[in-house]
Amino acid sequence: MDDLGFILGSYIVTFGSIALYVASVVKRSRRAGRVVSREQRPWT
Amino acid sequence: MTPTSERNVTGTSFTRGLGIVTVLGIGLLIVLGLFVSPADVNQGESVRIMYAHVPGAWLAYLAFIVTGVSSAAYLWNRTRSLTWDRIAGASAEVGVLFMGISLVTGSLWGRITWGTYWTWDARLTTTAFLFVTYVGYLAVRGLGGSHHQRARRSAVLALLAVLEIPLVHFSVRLWNTLHQEASVAGRGTDVTMDGLMLFSLFLGVIVFTLMYVWLVLHRQRALALQDMVEDFGLDAALAARRAEEVV
Repeated sequence: MDDLGFILGSYIVTFGSIALYVASVVKRSRRAGRVVSREQRPWT
Repeated sequence: MTPTSERNVTGTSFTRGLGIVTVLGIGLLIVLGLFVSPADVNQGESVRIMYAHVPGAWLAYLAFIVTGVSSAAYLWNRTRSLTWDRIAGASAEVGVLFMGISLVTGSLWGRITWGTYWTWDARLTTTAFLFVTYVGYLAVRGLGGSHHQRARRSAVLALLAVLEIPLVHFSVRLWNTLHQEASVAGRGTDVTMDGLMLFSLFLGVIVFTLMYVWLVLHRQRALALQDMVEDFGLDAALAARRAEEVV
């Protein structure tokens, strides 16, 4: 398949960037979560 | 459990369930998109990029529209709440991510079908302009000031930015472009796409939409936490100042 690199590349870019974004959201919320107690969070 | 040892700060049982369904959906989409769905008569194997590119573009539109609606809800006196502002900010951030994905995957697809990564075509140019506009929106959100100052100025910007979406969407009809018109929701009702290709595309749209909901829920909660942390810092500074005055 001639275009395999482009096809795989598009999937790697898509799901790789989403995974990186998820990691950054989790990291930022954990950092903020150290200061805010569970009782102060409206969704818990 | 103390806050310092928590792993799941912004999650609930709903988001956990949603996350599991989304991950399973992503797995199925990759299998269908890369291995099961057939090659296209005209575009060959390159059509597999469509299952990432089209849902990415759809989600970016959805995200920016949600940003606009949430911003309007914030500006309206009756529904004024910083929750709307945080939803707007979270949705814009996710929208920028998906628009970026759509631009990159479109560029890779263009290299195969058009022979070039980029051309100043009407659809590509307006999409790039929309992307840059929302990057600017996120930069404006990062400027200083109180939470309500941030919310007001970014809401006004979001209401202006959302006007670009029809221009991007209809650019393929307004101008002669290399980019094709919509394959499914275009003019007329006939869909000539193969059944499995159509199913894979719809699965992609559903999976990306679930992913969007999951991301926005977590991100807006993370933004709420960050706002609280800033408020705590401000309260502590005020308390210290008052203590100095008393002494």
